[in-house]
Amino acid sequence: MIDTIAHIALLVLLPPLLLGTIDKTKARFAGRVGAPLLQPYFDILKLARKGLVLSATTTWAFRMGPVITLVAVAAAGLLVPFGGSGAPIGFSGDLILFAYLFGLARFFTTTAALDTGSAFEGMGASREAAFSCLTEPALFCAFLVLARLSGSLSLGEMLPVPSGWSFSGAAAPLILISLGLVVILLAEACRIPVDDPNTHLELTMIHEAMILDHGGPLLGMILYSSSMKLFVLGAVLMSVIAPFHTGTAYLDWALFVGEMLALAVAIGALESLTARLKMRRVPYLLVSAILFCGSGFVLLVR
Amino acid sequence: MTLDLILIAMALSAVSGLPGLFMARGSAWAQRIAVILICAASLAGLSGAFLGLLVPGIAAGSAFPWPLAGPPSLGTEGGLVGIDGLSSFFLVPVFLVGCLGSIYGLGYWPQAHRPASARRLQLFWGLLVAGMALLLVAKHALTFILGWEVMALSSFFLIAVEDRESESRKAGFIYLIATHIGSLSIFAMFALWKWTTGSFALGPISAGVAGMGALSALFFLALMGFGLKAGIMPLHFWLPGAHANAPSHVSAMLSGVVLKMGVYALVRFVFLMPEAPPSWCGAVLGLGMIGGLLGVVFAIAQHDLKRLLAYHSIENIGIIMMGLGLAMLGRSAHRADWLVLGLAGCLLHVWNHGLFKSLLFLGAGSAIRGARKRRIDLMGGLAKSMPWTAALFLAGAVAICGLPPLNGFVSELLVYLGLFRTVGLPGEPVSAAVVAAPVLAMIGALALACFVKVYGIAFLGSSRRPDSGPLSGGVRESPASMLAPMSVLALCCALIGCVPALVGPLLDAAIGSVVAIGYVVGGAAGAVNTAAVSPATLGELPRIADLAPLRPIGLVSGILLVTIVCLAAFQWLRSRRVRRVPTWDCGYAAPGPRMQYTASSFARTITAMFAWALRPRESVPRIEGAFPAPSRLESHVDDAVLDGLILPAARGTARLFGWFRRFQRGLAQQYILYILVILVLLLCTLIPFGDLIPRIFSR
Repeated sequence: MIDTIAHIALLVLLPPLLLGTIDKTKARFAGRVGAPLLQPYFDILKLARKGLVLSATTTWAFRMGPVITLVAVAAAGLLVPFGGSGAPIGFSGDLILFAYLFGLARFFTTTAALDTGSAFEGMGASREAAFSCLTEPALFCAFLVLARLSGSLSLGEMLPVPSGWSFSGAAAPLILISLGLVVILLAEACRIPVDDPNTHLELTMIHEAMILDHGGPLLGMILYSSSMKLFVLGAVLMSVIAPFHTGTAYLDWALFVGEMLALAVAIGALESLTARLKMRRVPYLLVSAILFCGSGFVLLVR
Repeated sequence: MTLDLILIAMALSAVSGLPGLFMARGSAWAQRIAVILICAASLAGLSGAFLGLLVPGIAAGSAFPWPLAGPPSLGTEGGLVGIDGLSSFFLVPVFLVGCLGSIYGLGYWPQAHRPASARRLQLFWGLLVAGMALLLVAKHALTFILGWEVMALSSFFLIAVEDRESESRKAGFIYLIATHIGSLSIFAMFALWKWTTGSFALGPISAGVAGMGALSALFFLALMGFGLKAGIMPLHFWLPGAHANAPSHVSAMLSGVVLKMGVYALVRFVFLMPEAPPSWCGAVLGLGMIGGLLGVVFAIAQHDLKRLLAYHSIENIGIIMMGLGLAMLGRSAHRADWLVLGLAGCLLHVWNHGLFKSLLFLGAGSAIRGARKRRIDLMGGLAKSMPWTAALFLAGAVAICGLPPLNGFVSELLVYLGLFRTVGLPGEPVSAAVVAAPVLAMIGALALACFVKVYGIAFLGSSRRPDSGPLSGGVRESPASMLAPMSVLALCCALIGCVPALVGPLLDAAIGSVVAIGYVVGGAAGAVNTAAVSPATLGELPRIADLAPLRPIGLVSGILLVTIVCLAAFQWLRSRRVRRVPTWDCGYAAPGPRMQYTASSFARTITAMFAWALRPRESVPRIEGAFPAPSRLESHVDDAVLDGLILPAARGTARLFGWFRRFQRGLAQQYILYILVILVLLLCTLIPFGDLIPRIFSR
C-alpha cells in the first residue's frame, strides 16, 4: 500500500523536476546560471490559472487531446516499476497495454493538432505519426529480449533486471537494447537530436509544432504530460541500465530518484553537446534503434 | 432448436426482398417490409447463434423435421446442415450487420429517391444474408457450395447496383472474375476432398488416410479459393475497387462480413485436416504479415475515403491470418496456449473488424452523403456540421487502430500474447513466429497514422470546398435512421473493449467446437470420427480467460474511460468562458481553408518511406519565371497486383490473341475461302505421294 502511494506520489510530483534539471544542465553547459530547478512547476501552475483562448476552427477534439494524453501517460506510469518495488498495476501482457497507451496519447495529440487546420501543426502531426512507425517495432524488439530473459509478460516482473544476468550471456543483448531504448526515449520524449523542445518557430520540429495553438490550462496539461512521458520512459530505461537494489525500500526509492536525476543530467549534457539531426536523417537514427534492439534479440536467441 | 431458428432466419431473409418486387417502384413500403423481414430474421438468427454459443448441448440437432436429407449415395447421412460453436460465432456478425445495414439503407438508399435500384438492392441484400447463413451451417459440400455461390453472386449484384457508372461496372466485373477463379479452386478442392475421404460430407480427415501430396493440394486449393474471398494480400486485387464503388452499407457488409466467410472456411478446413506441417503455418503467418503491412501502407497512400477503408480490410485480414497461422503452429507443435491465443485472437478480430469496419463504412457513407465527395482532400470541417457522424467515426477510428479502451485492442492483445509466448525461456528454442510481434507493432503505428489522417483531414479543420466559407455551410447531419445503426455498432465496440470478459465464454465455445475435432484426429491416428470427441478432450484445452488478462484489461479500460470523462468535465467546467479567435499558427493574419495541410501531404512522410512498395506516380510541375502560370501537382498510387501485374498481363495476352483476329474479318467470302482451302488440304491427303514421286521421275 505504502509502495503504491509512494509510486503515485513520485509519478505525480517528480516529472517536472526532470525538465528543470535538464534545463539547468543545459544552462550550465552554456555558461549561464539558468532558471531555477523548480521553474517547470511554476510554469505549469501559472498556465493552469490562465483563461482559455481557442481557435474558431477547432472542435471538442482539440480540448480532448491534452486530457486524454495526460490520462493515458499517467496510466502507463502505473504499469512501470519505480525503484525496487513492483508496479501498482501488473498483469501478464501489460507491456502491450503500455505501448498502446502511448499510441492512444499520440492519436489524440495528433488529432488535436489537425483540428486547428493549420499547415504547421499538420506537418508536426505527420512527422510524429511517421516516426512512431519506427519506434514502435524497436520498443517491441526490446520487450521481446526482456520477455525471454525474465519469462514474464508483465513489466513489473520484466523490468527490474536482476544484476546476475550481466555476467551471463545476456550482457551484450542488454547493452544493445539499452542503446535502442535511449533512442526511443529521445524520440518519444521529443529531445535533441530528434526534436528540439526549445524552438517554437521552426519548420523543422515535431512536438512543439503540434501544440502551437494550445494555450493556458491546455498547454500546462501538455507540458505536464510530456514531462511525465519522459519520466515513465526514463524509468523503463534506467531499470535496464542500472538495475541496482539496496534491499531496503526507502533507500531504493532514494536511489531511483537519484537515477532519474542522473538521467536528466545526462540528457541535458547530450542536448548541449549534440545538434538536432536534419529531418531527413531522423528515420536513419530510428531505424538504428530497431537494429540495436533486433540484433540484441538475435544475439540472445542465437 | 438452434438450427431451427437459423433456418427460419435464413428463409425470412431470403424472401425479404420479394414482396417489394410486386409493389410500386417508388413505394416506401417496399423497403420497409424488406427491413422488417430482415430485422425479424436477424432477431431469430442472433438468438439462435447466441443459444448455440452459450448452451452447448442445445446445438445438437433440429427439433423440426426439415426436409433436408438428400440421397444417401451423396454421403448425406451426417445431414446437410448442422450448427456448432464456430458456425454460431460467425453467424453473429452476419445477422447483426445484416439488420443494421438494412436499417441504415432506409436513410441512405431510400426507395423514394432511388426507385430503380433500391428494390434490387433489397432483394440481393436478403439473399446475401441467407447465402452466408447457409454456408455457415453447411455440413456437406453441396450446401456449402450452394451458400457460397448465392453469397458470391448476390455480392456481384450489390457491387454493381449503380450500373450506370462505368467505375461500378468495371469493379463488378473484376469482382466477378475473381470470385469465379475462387469458385473454380473450391470445386477442385471438393473433388479432391471426395477422392481423398470418399465422401462429400465435411468431416475431419484422419492423419493416415491421405498422403502428403493430396493434403498439400487440398490446403493450397483452399488457401487460393478462400483467400481470394477473404482478400489475403496478393489475392486482394478485386477488393479495393469493389468495396469503394458499392453503396456504403453494401461496402460495410462486404468488408465487415463477407470477407470473413473466407476466413471461416479457411479456419474450418484447416482444422478438419490433420496437423499442418510448419511450412503451411509459416505460409499463413507470412501472408498475414505481408498483407497486414502492405495493406495499411497502401491504405495510407489512398485519396479516396472508401478505397482507403477497403485497403484497411486487407490489413485486418492480415492480422486475422497472423492469429490463424499462430494457432496452426500451436496445433502442430502441441502448444495449447499458442493454439488457443492465436485462434481466439483470430476469431475475436473477426468480430471486432466486423463491428468497427462496418461502423467506419457507414460513417464514411454518411460523410460522403454530406460532403458529396469521396476524396479526402476535398472534405474538411465535417465535425462541425455533422457532429454525430464525426463522433461515431472517431470511435470506429480509435477501435480500428487497436487502442484501448475499445475492442480492437483486445483482439490485437490476444494475438500479441500468443506471439510473445513463442519467444520461450532462456535455453528453449525460439520460434520464427516471434518476428510477427514487431511487425504487428509497426502495423498498429501505421494504422494510427492512417486514421489520424482520415479523421483529422476529413472531419476536422475547416471545409475545403471552394463554394463554402471557413465554417462549412450546406452540409447537413444524416437522419436518425443512419445514425442509430452506427451508434449500436459503436456501443458494441465499447462493450467488448470495456468488458472483454463477456466474450471469453463465447470464444471458448467456438474454439472448443473446432479444435476438439482436430485434437482427436491429430493426436491419435486411430480415432477418426467426430463421435470420438468426448467432453474430456474439450476440458483439456485451456480457457481463454486463464491465458489472457481479460478482467484486468476491462478494469483498466473502465478506469481509463471514467478518468478521461471526469478530467474532461473538470476542464470544461474550469474554463467555461472561452475566447474564440482565428487559428494563430505563428501569427498568420488570415489563415484560409486552402492553407490547411492536406491528406496527401500528411501521408507523404510515410509514402516516401515505403516508396519501394507503393511506387507512387507523381507529376510534379516545373515552376519557372517570376510569375509562374497555374499548374497542378498530382500523385497516384496504383494497386501493385491489379495495376502492376494482372492488367499488364491481361493486355499482353489480349495483344497476343489479337494476332488471330486477322483471320476473323467477318467477310463471308473469306470464310468460304477457308472452307475451300481446308477442303483442298483434306483432298491432298488422298493423293498417294508414295507412288506419285517415283512416277514423276520415271517419266
